[in-house]
Amino acid sequence: MVSKTVSELEEMARRCRVEICKMTHRIQAGHPGGSLSEIDILCGLYGRRLRYRPEEPDWNDRDRFILSKGHASPGMYAVLAEVGFISHDDLKSYRVKGGVCQGHVDSKWCPGVDFSAGSLGMGLSFGLGCAIAARLEGSSRNAYVMVGDGEIQEGSIWEAAMAAAHHELGNLKLFIDCNGIQNDDFCDAQMRMFDIPAKWRAFGWSVRVIDGHDMNEIIQAIEWMDTVQDKPCVVIANTVKGKGVSFMENNPAFHGAAPNDAQLRQALIELGVEQ
Amino acid sequence: MSRMAATRDGYGEALLELVANPKVVVLEADLGKSTKSLHFRNSHPERTVSCGIGEQNMLLIGAGLASSGFIPFASTFAIFTERAFEQMRNGIARPDLAVHLCGSHGGTHTGTDGSSAQSIEDLAIYRTLPNVVVIHPCDDISTKELTMQLPNLNKPSYMRTARNKTPVLYEDRLSEIKIGKGIELTSGDDVAIIACGVLVHESIRAAEILEENGINATVVDMHTIKPLDKALIDKLSTKCGAIVTAEDHSVIGGLGGAVSEYVVSSNPIPIEKIGVNDRFGESAEADEMLEIMGLKSNNIVDAVHRVLSRKS
Ligand SMILES: Cc1ncc(C[n+]2csc(CCOP(=O)(O)OP(=O)(O)O)c2C)c(N)n1
Ligand SMILES: [Mg+2]
Repeated sequence: MVSKTVSELEEMARRCRVEICKMTHRIQAGHPGGSLSEIDILCGLYGRRLRYRPEEPDWNDRDRFILSKGHASPGMYAVLAEVGFISHDDLKSYRVKGGVCQGHVDSKWCPGVDFSAGSLGMGLSFGLGCAIAARLEGSSRNAYVMVGDGEIQEGSIWEAAMAAAHHELGNLKLFIDCNGIQNDDFCDAQMRMFDIPAKWRAFGWSVRVIDGHDMNEIIQAIEWMDTVQDKPCVVIANTVKGKGVSFMENNPAFHGAAPNDAQLRQALIELGVEQ
Repeated sequence: MSRMAATRDGYGEALLELVANPKVVVLEADLGKSTKSLHFRNSHPERTVSCGIGEQNMLLIGAGLASSGFIPFASTFAIFTERAFEQMRNGIARPDLAVHLCGSHGGTHTGTDGSSAQSIEDLAIYRTLPNVVVIHPCDDISTKELTMQLPNLNKPSYMRTARNKTPVLYEDRLSEIKIGKGIELTSGDDVAIIACGVLVHESIRAAEILEENGINATVVDMHTIKPLDKALIDKLSTKCGAIVTAEDHSVIGGLGGAVSEYVVSSNPIPIEKIGVNDRFGESAEADEMLEIMGLKSNNIVDAVHRVLSRKS
C-alpha cells in the first residue's frame, strides 16, 4: 500500500488529466468527460488505499478495483501508468490496433484491470462475486467498484444493490461518479433519479455524500469505508464532468468527443503544462 | 467515386418521414445521438420515450405500446439490444407484437471502441426467434427504404445498422428494395457471393478482381436474413453451383448459417463462409478490423477459389 500526501495525490491527478487529454486527442476518439470526473477518486484509491503489486498483477490478495463505467478507460490507464502496471508509452496504444489500452478497459489486454467493462450496469454484480469470494477464502481484501450516475439507471445495478445488502457484504465498496451527464444529455433530461442517497439507504447500504474533487474529502471517505464492516457502503461523489478543462466542464458534448489540436493546446495550458 | 454514408443515417431519416404516421413512437436508451433517432426526438419530443440506460425496460415498454396499437421503433447499439434478448423473445416475439428494434454499431467495423461494443452475434440470435424479421442493409438508401416498409409488416423486427460510412449503392433504385427480396448486383454463372451489410461492398470489389481472372460472380445483397429469399437461392444454386457467403458477423448462425441450413436441405452445393471466425474483436480502425478478421475482398476471392475447387 502506498501512502501519498494530499498534495502528491493532487499532483498525480493533474498529471493524469494531462494524459487523458493527450490520449483522446491522439486517436481523436474516446471519452474524456467521465475520465476527468472520476480521476481524483481513482488517484485517492490507488495512491492511498488499494493493496496491489504492479510486478505481480494477479496477486490473489490484492484489493479488486472494478471500473464498471468502462468507457472512462483513459482515466484508469493514466493511473495504471502512474503506479507502474503499464508504461507511459503504453498510453499511446489507446484504441490503437494491438494496443494494451483497448477502447474499454479489458482484463485480457491490460495488466491491473480486474474486469472487462464496456457494457454498463455489470461491474457491481461482478464486485459482489469478488466480495463473496474474498469472504469464502477468509481474505481481508475488498472489492471497490466505480459506476456512473447514468449507469445506475440499469436495472441490474439494483439487483446487485439488493443482493449486496442481503449478503451483508462489508467488503464491497462502491463509488458513484455523479457528474450529472450521460451520453445524449444531462441525466435529468434522460431519466431523473430523484434522491440518489435515499435510494441506496432504502436498499440497506451505508451512504456518504462527498465532493468528488476535494482530495481531503476523498481520503476521509476512503477511511470511512474501512469502518463500515457489516454492510456494503457507497460514496456518492458530486463531480463535474470534464473537470479541470474549462470548455469540457459540464458539457455533454465531451462525453464521447476528443479535443482537437487547438483545444488540446488550451487544455494543456489550463492543466499547467509549460507550452 | 460514389457518395459515402452510414446506414444509421438512413434509419434516422426514415424515422423523420415516419412522423407522418401518428401511431409511430420512438424509444431511446441514451444512445439516440448514435443510432440517429435523435432527429425524431428533436422534432417530435412528445412522441419520443426516453428510457434512460435501460434496454430491458425499453423493449417491454415497446411491447405495451404495440399491444395498444402504436408502432414503436426502439434503438440502441446492436450489442446492448442483446441484454434484452429474453424480453425480445418472451415479451415481443412470442406474442407477435410489432416492435421494431434497431441495433446500430453492428459488427467489428464499429472500430476502436473494441470488443465490448462489436456485436458479432446479433443476426444469429434474433434469427432464432419465431415471428421476428431480421434485416441488415448495406447503404443508407436501402436502410431508409426498408425502415419505411416496417410499419406495413405488422411483425416484430430487428434491423442492424452500422456506425461507419460505406459507398451508397441504391441511388435512384428504390423500386428494387423490398423486405425479403435479395438484390442481384452483378451477374455471373461461376459462383454466387451472398453478402449483407458492409461486406456487400467488399463482395463487389471481390467480383471485380475475379472478373479480371475470368471468373464471373453474381453478387447478392441479402439485406433480409429472415425470412430468407429462398427462391433466389434456388435460382443461384442451379445457375452457379457454388456459394460464398460474406458478413461482418460470426460464421456461426448468421447469414452464412441461414444460407447453409437452407441449401443443405434443398440443393446441396459447396458453400464457403466469410465471417468472424469464432473469436472476439478488438480495438482498431474500421478497415483494420476487416483485415484482422479476414473480411476483405481478397479473403472473399480466396474463398471463391476454395469453393470452385470443391465444385463438381
Ligand atoms: C448497457 C449499455 N448501454 C449503453 C451504453 C452506451 N453508453 C456508453 S457511456 C454511456 C453514458 C454513461 O453515463 P454515465 O454512467 O453517467 O458515465 P459518465 O458520465 O461517468 O461518463 C452510454 C449510454 C453502454 N456502454 N452500455
Ligand atoms: Mg455521468
